[in-house]
Amino acid sequence: MKVLIDHLSKTYIDRKGESTEALQDIHFAIEENEFVAVVGPSGCGKTTLLNIIAGLLSTSSGQVIFEGVRRDSRPPAGIVFQEYALFPWRTVLKNIVYGLEERGLKRDEQLEIAQHYIGMVGLQGFEGKYPHQLSGGMKQRVAIARALVNDPSLLLMDEPFSALDAQTRILMQYELSRIWEETKKSILYITHHIAEAVFLGDRVVILSRRPGRVLDIVPIDLPRPRAEHLTTEKKYLEYVDLIWGHIKDQAKEVLEERP
Amino acid sequence: MERVIVEDKAAFLKKKEHPWLSVGAFILILLLWEMVSQLGWIPPLFLPAPSAILLEGWTMVKTGLILKHLFASLSRILLGFSIACIVGIAVGVLIGFFHIPEAIGNPFIAATFPIPKIAILPLLILWLGIGEPPKVAVIALGVFFPMVINVYTGVKNVDPLLIKAALSLGSNRRRIVRKVILPSILPMIFAGMKLGIGIALLLVVASELVAADAGIGFMILTAADLMQTKKLMVGLVVLSLLGIFFNWLFQKLEHLFIPWKQP
Repeated sequence: MKVLIDHLSKTYIDRKGESTEALQDIHFAIEENEFVAVVGPSGCGKTTLLNIIAGLLSTSSGQVIFEGVRRDSRPPAGIVFQEYALFPWRTVLKNIVYGLEERGLKRDEQLEIAQHYIGMVGLQGFEGKYPHQLSGGMKQRVAIARALVNDPSLLLMDEPFSALDAQTRILMQYELSRIWEETKKSILYITHHIAEAVFLGDRVVILSRRPGRVLDIVPIDLPRPRAEHLTTEKKYLEYVDLIWGHIKDQAKEVLEERP
Repeated sequence: MERVIVEDKAAFLKKKEHPWLSVGAFILILLLWEMVSQLGWIPPLFLPAPSAILLEGWTMVKTGLILKHLFASLSRILLGFSIACIVGIAVGVLIGFFHIPEAIGNPFIAATFPIPKIAILPLLILWLGIGEPPKVAVIALGVFFPMVINVYTGVKNVDPLLIKAALSLGSNRRRIVRKVILPSILPMIFAGMKLGIGIALLLVVASELVAADAGIGFMILTAADLMQTKKLMVGLVVLSLLGIFFNWLFQKLEHLFIPWKQP
């Protein structure tokens, strides 16, 4: 399985007819089992890109192609949103089985699959809780499990940990790294956090400020499994520095143009 | 240099409860009322004593008179209210979620919503005769509007992220209505029902003032015609209790149906 983002552009046109170019000629591919992180200054169209790949937004030109996917009723891409987007009227378990319900699986099959992912993300004992009873980190675990149950070809993650506090965020990065080792999913991971992108990604795509263009694609040659000690290693810090060098001026410009 | 000891300037914001004051004041007013009537300061024809009203009420309960009128009114309310809820939710979801029904339906609702429903009663009587149908219809109409408007607003305010999440998990539009929209708008449905039941009480009484032979409204009207002020007052007390009861009922139902809502 491979996802090709083929010369994608997106221009928004508002009610007054004024157009804003959000993305400009984005072109890269996500290979099988590859973890691709996308970083960029705020307003670079990261979320627009994700929505287009998810099939929730139209392109202005270019296309997104999933090559070599299964032909069945399963949606090819699962999404984890920054704001969790859990169904508040469903318990943890019912949230997780949602996608399985939509596929028409039997109750016991649903439970069996759900149990596997509940174990994977560490939610045992929380199955009957409602989302409002959970902490942010736990909510995001539910969202990850919910996206994984359908075994999507591609997992899209839209700044999944940026609503979490700094400590929880670091722990969730370790968790995600472990989950990736376990599932070897193709992941497109949107973040504005450079260290996070380096820690998790096989490659880091750097987008420019609006209109978002690909400034550079940096392959991250760090050993896997990625673990805590990595964050103090020289090579890791060099990558962070390199990417920050690309983004710094862009971010400054964004900062200055804001009223 | 002076020493300043910091005080809590926001202390008055703390919510203080005075349960005894509420009960005490209520009883005090009742006692004053009782006294005023007993001493003959206001003739009982205008304002009968609370004890006399209570006594009258008790006799009416024993003779089954209240039950008969209550039953007549309640059956009209329940029928009209149920029809309005079902149709209101269906129409609200339809015009809230699908843009063609929205474009067609919105002007009709905007045009008919401002008409006081009681003004439509004569027309309904003309169309449906003088029996039960116009009474039920006017209640249904009255409850329909707050319901449809609440549901419509609710659908418009469903978190688009939840719809996106459902889409990404394989839902189609029809299933999104059932599995995302309907549970999302449940709180708004309950808000609509609470508004609606107040309107239903108002309209049932109003409709029973015209061409009725039973019902709380009818009872109040005939009591007034015959200068039976005590009986009239019993009618008002029944209406008050009915309102309190429905409020309590919907509160309970809301807790039952929306267990995920934070207290």
